[in-house]
Amino acid sequence: MSGAHATPETPEVYGLMAEFDDPDRLVEVTRDAYGRGFRQMEAYTPFPVEGLDHALGYHRNKVPRTVFAGALIGGLSGFLLQCWSAMYYYPHNIAGKPLYSWPAFIPITFETTVLGGALSAVFGMLFFNGLPKLYHPVFNAPAFALASDDRFFLCIQSRDPLFDPAETLAFLETCGPRSVSVVPY
Amino acid sequence: MADHQHDDGRPPVLAPGHTYATVTSTISDIVLTRPLDWRWAVGMGIGSSLLLVFGAAVSMLLFKGVGIWGVNAPVMWGWAIINFVWWVGIGHAGTLISAILLLLKQQWRTSINRFAEAMTLFAVACAGMFPLLHMGRPWKFFWMMPYPSTMALLPQWRSPLVWDVFAVSTYATVSALFWYVGLIPDLATLRDRAKNKWVAMIYGSLALGWRGSARHWSRYKSAYMLLAALATPLVVSVHTVVSLDFAASVIPGWHATIFPPYFVAGAIFSGFAMVVTLCVPLRAWYGLKDFITIRHLDNMAKIILATGMIVGYGYAMEFFIAWYSGNPYEEFLLLDARPFGTYSNAYRCMILCNVGIPQLLWVPAIRRNPVLLWIISIFVNIGMWLERYVIVVTSLSQDFLPSSWADYNPTIWDVATFLGTIGLFTFLLFLFVRVLPAIAVAEMRELVHEKHHEHAAAGAAVAEAHGENR
Amino acid sequence: MMKSQNADLDKPLTLTELMRGAAAPEAESTGPRYWRSLSELADDGSFGEMASRAAARAQAAIHGLDEPSRRKFMTLMGASFALAGVAGCGVQPVEKIVPYVEQPELIVPGKPLFFATASSRGGDGVGLLVESHMGRPIKIEGNPSHPTGKGATDVFSQAEILSLYDPDRSQVAVHDGGVDTWERFLRFAVDLRARKLGEKGRGLRILTRSVCSPTVLDQIRRLREQMPEARWHSYEPVNRDAARKGAELALGSPMEASYHLEKADVVVALDADLLGWGPAGLRHARAFADRRDPEAESPLKLYAFEPTPSLTGAAADVRVPVAAADVLLVAAALAKALKVEGAPDLDAKRIEPHAARIAALAAELESKKGKALVAVGDSQPAEVHALGLALNAALGAIGEAVTLAPADELAPADQTASLVELVREIEAGAVDTVLVLGANPVYEAPADLKVAEALRNEKVTALIHLGLYNDETGALAHWHLPEAHFLESWGDVRSADGTVSLQQPLIEPLYQGRTASDVLAALLGQVGVPGRELVREYWKTRLPEENFEASWRQALRDGVVPLPAAEPAPAPPAPKLDKVQWPAPAAPADGEYELVFRPDPTIWDGRYANNGWLQELPKPLTTLTWDNAALVSPALARKLGIEDQQVVTLEFRSSTIKAPVLIAPGQAEGTVTVHLGYGRSRAGRVGNGIGFDAYKLRRADAPWSGPGLKLIPTEGRIPLAITQHHHDTKNREPVKVSTFEAARHHGEGEAHGHHHPDFSLYPDAPYKQSEDYAWGMAIDLNRCIGCGACTIACQAENNIPIVGKDQVLNSREMHWIRVDRYYEGEGAASADNPTTHFQPVPCMHCEKAPCELVCPVEATTHSDEGLNEMTYNRCVGTRYCGNNCPYKVRRFNFLQYTDNETPGLQLLRNPDVTVRMRGVMEKCTYCVQRINEARQNAKVEGRKVGGDEVVTACQAACPTRAIVFGNLLDKESSVSKLQASHRNYALLEELGTKPRTTYLTKLTHGAEAHEEPRHG
Repeated sequence: MSGAHATPETPEVYGLMAEFDDPDRLVEVTRDAYGRGFRQMEAYTPFPVEGLDHALGYHRNKVPRTVFAGALIGGLSGFLLQCWSAMYYYPHNIAGKPLYSWPAFIPITFETTVLGGALSAVFGMLFFNGLPKLYHPVFNAPAFALASDDRFFLCIQSRDPLFDPAETLAFLETCGPRSVSVVPY
Repeated sequence: MADHQHDDGRPPVLAPGHTYATVTSTISDIVLTRPLDWRWAVGMGIGSSLLLVFGAAVSMLLFKGVGIWGVNAPVMWGWAIINFVWWVGIGHAGTLISAILLLLKQQWRTSINRFAEAMTLFAVACAGMFPLLHMGRPWKFFWMMPYPSTMALLPQWRSPLVWDVFAVSTYATVSALFWYVGLIPDLATLRDRAKNKWVAMIYGSLALGWRGSARHWSRYKSAYMLLAALATPLVVSVHTVVSLDFAASVIPGWHATIFPPYFVAGAIFSGFAMVVTLCVPLRAWYGLKDFITIRHLDNMAKIILATGMIVGYGYAMEFFIAWYSGNPYEEFLLLDARPFGTYSNAYRCMILCNVGIPQLLWVPAIRRNPVLLWIISIFVNIGMWLERYVIVVTSLSQDFLPSSWADYNPTIWDVATFLGTIGLFTFLLFLFVRVLPAIAVAEMRELVHEKHHEHAAAGAAVAEAHGENR
Repeated sequence: MMKSQNADLDKPLTLTELMRGAAAPEAESTGPRYWRSLSELADDGSFGEMASRAAARAQAAIHGLDEPSRRKFMTLMGASFALAGVAGCGVQPVEKIVPYVEQPELIVPGKPLFFATASSRGGDGVGLLVESHMGRPIKIEGNPSHPTGKGATDVFSQAEILSLYDPDRSQVAVHDGGVDTWERFLRFAVDLRARKLGEKGRGLRILTRSVCSPTVLDQIRRLREQMPEARWHSYEPVNRDAARKGAELALGSPMEASYHLEKADVVVALDADLLGWGPAGLRHARAFADRRDPEAESPLKLYAFEPTPSLTGAAADVRVPVAAADVLLVAAALAKALKVEGAPDLDAKRIEPHAARIAALAAELESKKGKALVAVGDSQPAEVHALGLALNAALGAIGEAVTLAPADELAPADQTASLVELVREIEAGAVDTVLVLGANPVYEAPADLKVAEALRNEKVTALIHLGLYNDETGALAHWHLPEAHFLESWGDVRSADGTVSLQQPLIEPLYQGRTASDVLAALLGQVGVPGRELVREYWKTRLPEENFEASWRQALRDGVVPLPAAEPAPAPPAPKLDKVQWPAPAAPADGEYELVFRPDPTIWDGRYANNGWLQELPKPLTTLTWDNAALVSPALARKLGIEDQQVVTLEFRSSTIKAPVLIAPGQAEGTVTVHLGYGRSRAGRVGNGIGFDAYKLRRADAPWSGPGLKLIPTEGRIPLAITQHHHDTKNREPVKVSTFEAARHHGEGEAHGHHHPDFSLYPDAPYKQSEDYAWGMAIDLNRCIGCGACTIACQAENNIPIVGKDQVLNSREMHWIRVDRYYEGEGAASADNPTTHFQPVPCMHCEKAPCELVCPVEATTHSDEGLNEMTYNRCVGTRYCGNNCPYKVRRFNFLQYTDNETPGLQLLRNPDVTVRMRGVMEKCTYCVQRINEARQNAKVEGRKVGGDEVVTACQAACPTRAIVFGNLLDKESSVSKLQASHRNYALLEELGTKPRTTYLTKLTHGAEAHEEPRHG
């Protein structure tokens, strides 16, 4: 799919994409680039590479607190739903048990907690990742298909203030990549 | 770490010599390029024909009523509930492997978790059928869910059956999410490797445009970890709730506090047995022996042995409490009716399959012999079905007033429905191995990476190895 | 029930009258219309045609069809007739529909009316009240002002309502295999009368069952006057011949003894099923229960000597299983011990084992002279009855505890002999016309008489059969005529004690049936005189004219005819035994056994074979349904190595039948009991071809028992649908038993069993409870005799479906109240003669109901008056409640059990009770519809519901008043008093379910009773 767009017709460039075949090397290069002040950059790997996100200067992950909130909401709504319906909405005399039989309400409360947490985890993750997003410029980079196989990419984006086609390209060349390519829009 | 493993003579979790590329191709080619083979065709044939049987049985059931089954008074629950508990139990191993072992950083989980999760999903799907079908008026099943009903009624929250509805549906949802999230990167891999444009588009859309960005990976990992953290207590809660269906009643043989732990153990027991039952042929047929190694079988065998012992302990405790409590009804049921009564055969087979035969697994040679292990796992599956049979039928058929005691016999329709769900399970499973990567590719790459590290920096690895090997 | 007793004598009385009075013919009111339109349809012929088509097909096929396909055909015919029935019952002709111009008095939609009538069986009668909704009789209760039942009913009267609507009932006149009309028959009858008057009635024979209708007796008398050579024969398979002959032997004239248990302290039942046999059983049961009251000064003590277990044996303090033939020896032994003059000297070897007990009994009788009686069963030969009379005379019971009434002089004293005579005369060619009124001799006569062959005799040119069903006899008849059910007809019934009740129609005949007296009237030249007139005519001659109308209306209202006090009958002569020929007690040959016949406990002599309720009612003691079986003693079964359900060949005097075995604890060793009434070929869809026909073994000279039975085991098996598979209590104590002594002296606790402390972490009532009512039930096990009337009353009241044999085999019966039966005793001996306990088990309506807790959809909840309520349309059928009920009283509709198609059965339904569909749970509701009715009435009258005002169906039917229902908050209510008794206990109390239904400990005379008295 990338092949079709490989040759850049449009002057705009999304960024420069360097291709490596060793994750550890990628991490070093990324650190280096960050050290040089590059901020608008992103690395692409076929599996989570430890430390790569920090190398990119990414530290604040919002997913955990989203999950906590989701679980909290799920649990509360579960428990309150039971109390409300059993005590106020339509109270019944069931086997002579009190209307507020909280021990009997626990199992469902627990389940709704887990459900809330799980849903917020998945959809939170997708939301923060901006997924689903079927088209993205980086797919245009040649050989980017291997990003889901055995290649590791670093893409410095053109919108980075320090981005200068020539210099950045030169810098990436020095990092000993397999290749560096231009990523068109 | 690898060195350590070799030192203590344990086979590796991943055969040496694999690179990212080999891992990727071996696994994804099963789906993308491998030609249809006769074993798959046969399996699929069996599965789908049993699925037809299921259709027939269900139509008959809806047409005539639940009376076509053997259920009667007092044994108002029969095979349906037995099968339900059995299937749910089987499901548990999947979640356990993928969630708990993930949290425990057990490397050996990696190559079997995807498969086990699929098994979980399909088992839960089969399990879910039964509570619906066994109702007198199945078309009213939604009355058990909280919805604004015209009768201004919500479910009766004190009933374990309602807990069941929530537990099982939550379990199904979370398992599905967990499975799908795990699939996303691999779907991307399939997208990128697909030769056919349409296939690529299908996998592409399922992959939601995953591009493996580092920031995505970091959120992905925390989401995945948290899912695991949530799924772990969930899996325990589900079978606890299932056990409460029985424990919360007054019936002798059901009304026991030991039920939750001993049901959960039983679930893991039967679940791992089923994983083994499915893994052994799979790794043989699809040349995955490098990824699902003897090490995996060995570990699963150990878990089967351990949980089997817990289940055995449960049986012993039931005996002891029945005697110790001095409750005449319990005493009669557990010390007389079960071992010597109408259903003593089922009871004795159960003991043999669940407590007797698994003892063979003490022998390492047997643990590491796929064929023997496979046979044992079959026995365990049967034994765990019998356990539910014994619990449901014996307790109900002889409870408090001898005047209302009666025996229970299943009908041809009970059998057809059960076989039908086995068909559904097989069908889905065979479909799965053909259209989705049966092993988590991305995680395998990670594993390769870790191995690479270990070899590279053995010395440094020693320290962390302890953490990993616990 | 009381509400029917309205004080005003001038109120319109029956719906029939009422309609005639209230609405002019052209302004037919819609309410009664659907039941009147049937006859109208018949008039305009449409029903006739429909029925003709159906029946013509039927007859065409019935002739020249083999038996199985003939049965099959009966099914079809029944179905097609049912359709014809609905055409009559349901559809309203479009013309002449006029709404209530003025609503007929008393007819309030939704409010039932009660009418008094009576049913008769075996020459005895029970007074009934019939509940009618908008002209549909739907429930039968006992008539409290009738001495026989005192408001109670037996299972048969309860089930009559189903027979009324039975779609298989005969629906058209059939003449020589073709459909015909009553009008044509009546014309034939007129000719017949003319002819027979000419020849003084020569060759005319009338055959009936036992007749207890004064009107019919009078008609027969008049017929005999007009046609002196005509003969009347009556034959009832379950008759009192022996009793009458015994009286003839001992007293010189046929008299019928009736027993008054209320006047006795000691009762000896010699093969006499006092509590279970015939309408008189109701009277005995009530008296027995009253005399067993622990407060009573000297509780009645019952001894039973019998060959086969019976309700009486089960209730007895001392029960001795002896062969039927040996009962004579027991009687003789007692007679000798009591120095009865002329007591025979018989070889008592066979009763040697019981000698001591008999001696003790004799001594006790001696000491209780004047307060003791000896009852001899109708199934015992005349000699024993003679001896029994002598014994009673010796005990000074005659005229006190035993009264003798002269048998009707017109009726044959020996029915069997009279039937034999009839057959002989037919064979001799002396008979050309046989009029069979309501009898079915082809099926129910002793086999050796070969009645069928006799009736086929070509000399018999007119065999006329009037019957509820076109049965075995109808198949042979030249004329078959549909008989009207007693709920459809006018008539009168005299009970054994002389009380007379009038029968009044609750509904116009559904299937153009007419009564025996209509037919006789035709022969008497009174063609077309309405039944009401026939009855009135007769009673005009019996009741004082001056206030005839008043007493007539009173009779209809109260259900008892106010007869002028009869002059006291002359005291009967002292019984003498000199004329009696004592049979030589033949020692049974080896390998031969004694065969004993009994009427079936639920379908009697076969007349109720097509009644599904009775077929599915578990027979007392055996709990068998849908079948009869050969009852053998455990000892005999051990000896022959036979087991339950194994088929054996019974060979008795050259006839053989195959029958499944049922091992009956308490059966006398060496005797085999078979029940009459099964093996019908033309009973209807329900009754055809189930069980075996015991009449094939019956002999005119051995009607009740005989030696020489051979029993050959086969390999075959016939599954028997019994509802209780476990006999003993497995060391649990569902039924608490104590002794009268303990109850009187020990008082609290002792007789009661240890109390379980009932503490709970939960508050008592989570929810506001009613200050006015807390419904509860108490069941006195000391009164329950296990007859099953409660079960069938409940079935009738609550629209409970029958499920059929195959479903019962998988224990899916639907009865809301079941009667549990436990055998008790030690070791193998216990099986041979165990103590029997009965326990009716309805829903316990637990305060802490396990079923409610587990229902996911609030289909079963607790009302503020303590009812455990089922909401059928909320139930999704998880059956969890059924599992979690410790008492297993919940019933589930596994399939679509309720028959919603058959129109006749739709008429039967109680409109106050929901009809349940497939897939929902159901159970006893404490007759909540009756509670609500009482509540509404109370509200209208601005008062509270009385503590005893609500009467549940089971309670109303119970012959012994063992079941008491009421308001527990009213300390004066009977139920509160009973639950305060020290005998009160809760079933499975230790589970802490706090049942609203409790039981009262059963009491025995301990010392002599079989097992030691048990205290809690």
